[in-house]
Amino acid sequence: MTAEPSSLQRRHSLPVRIMHWINVVAVATLLMSGLQIFNAHRALYWGASSYTGKPPLFVLPDGFPGWATLPGVQWLAMGRRWHLFFAWVLVVNGIAYIVYSIASGHARRDFIPTRADWRSIGGSIVQHLRLRHPTGDEALRYNVLQRLAYLAIVFVIFPFLVLMGLGLSPRLDAAWPALVDAFGGRQSVRTLHFIAAAVLVLFVVVHLFEVLVSGPYNQVRSMITGKFRVPKEKP
Amino acid sequence: MRPSRRRTLNRLAALVAAIPLAGCDKLSRAPWFTRLLGAAEPLNHAVQRVVSPSTSMAREFTPADLSPEFRSNGTADPENDDYQDLAENGFADWKLEVAGLVEHPLALSLADLRAMPSRTQITRHDCVEGWSAIGQWTGVPLAAVLQRAGLRREARYLVFYCADPMEGTPESAYYESIGLDDAFHPQTILAYGLNGRDLPVANGAPLRLRVERQLGYKMAKYVMRIEAVESFARIAGGKGGYWEDRGYEWYAGI
Repeated sequence: MTAEPSSLQRRHSLPVRIMHWINVVAVATLLMSGLQIFNAHRALYWGASSYTGKPPLFVLPDGFPGWATLPGVQWLAMGRRWHLFFAWVLVVNGIAYIVYSIASGHARRDFIPTRADWRSIGGSIVQHLRLRHPTGDEALRYNVLQRLAYLAIVFVIFPFLVLMGLGLSPRLDAAWPALVDAFGGRQSVRTLHFIAAAVLVLFVVVHLFEVLVSGPYNQVRSMITGKFRVPKEKP
Repeated sequence: MRPSRRRTLNRLAALVAAIPLAGCDKLSRAPWFTRLLGAAEPLNHAVQRVVSPSTSMAREFTPADLSPEFRSNGTADPENDDYQDLAENGFADWKLEVAGLVEHPLALSLADLRAMPSRTQITRHDCVEGWSAIGQWTGVPLAAVLQRAGLRREARYLVFYCADPMEGTPESAYYESIGLDDAFHPQTILAYGLNGRDLPVANGAPLRLRVERQLGYKMAKYVMRIEAVESFARIAGGKGGYWEDRGYEWYAGI
């Protein structure tokens, strides 16, 4: 076993770090204000309307607790203000991120799985389940599960979530009736907006869990200063 | 990781976690911050006007899509003696007053309104709370009433004064306002019929506004008077509507 110190490497570029933290604020406020808005009508439906003679798909009689909503008290008007403001922050930041990721090669280099990545998928799943994380050079690149997760979140879940949010606007429905019809009607769109948000929450939970089990100090530092300490290869 | 660093990181994490819990509720009550959040409203309005032209039509549905019963929200029976007297008499003595910046102030009975051109539309009503219901509305296009009254050039908004007090007092009566683009939209009607029958009291009898490309709170029920104005800054709370005075957006297309 060699005694050489593990090396400090550049990991996240400055634009990625800035956009990541803007996104953290936007997602947190949108999620919490979204739960506030949900609490104004605590049921989800399928179809164009809520009153069709059929029961709702999902009912949450007590709503979400105050600690999870923004504001903490029942206050729909203010929840909407937060939501409709930070929706712009999310969209502008998200578009900037997608343009940057494609233009800089970040998406191609770090997100698109290579042939070797696809072959390693079984092993990667086992490694994740055993909470074992790559060391050395392997720690500097995203593994196949990370690549697929980021591709799905950035290019599928976020755009879908935003699109379903736009579909809730009665004025935009008048301009793009096909958008709402394609997904079964406005109440279906509301349900899908909620489900997409739930998928995003699941991603964040796994994301934070992986940060915690793979060296939180090193990981958080790399997203703040850009410096990442490469874990030493095990003997 | 060195212990001192770990402590610093833990404190930082605790601080970051505390900001949304305590800080956001404080921000929600800070005028400068709510004004900042409110900047999204004119932005949304401007962008939506570009994306969805003023001529775009709200989706119309078929009789098969009708909600079995159209939900009554807000006031279901106005606590107002004058209104109750009118209702008892089948609104035979009720008249819609059209006043303000118009060439010919009007007082129109239900019979007068029914004698004017009519439009019937099956549309989806979207409440700000999140639910939707589908109803068939029959009424006179607001544009026809405005043409008869003759809007003066200075008129920018139409204010709808309603019979239902929201907090018991006449000062708390519901009111709403819309701009001219919505006022002259073909689907903007003063509805006196719902699902083929007279408009029920629970849904705003004798007359309610339908503004199909905005949320439900814009669609004033129990309309008694329409006033054409240049600005609504001096009316009630100055924000253009009962709910607007309580923090909801004046532009409710989103």
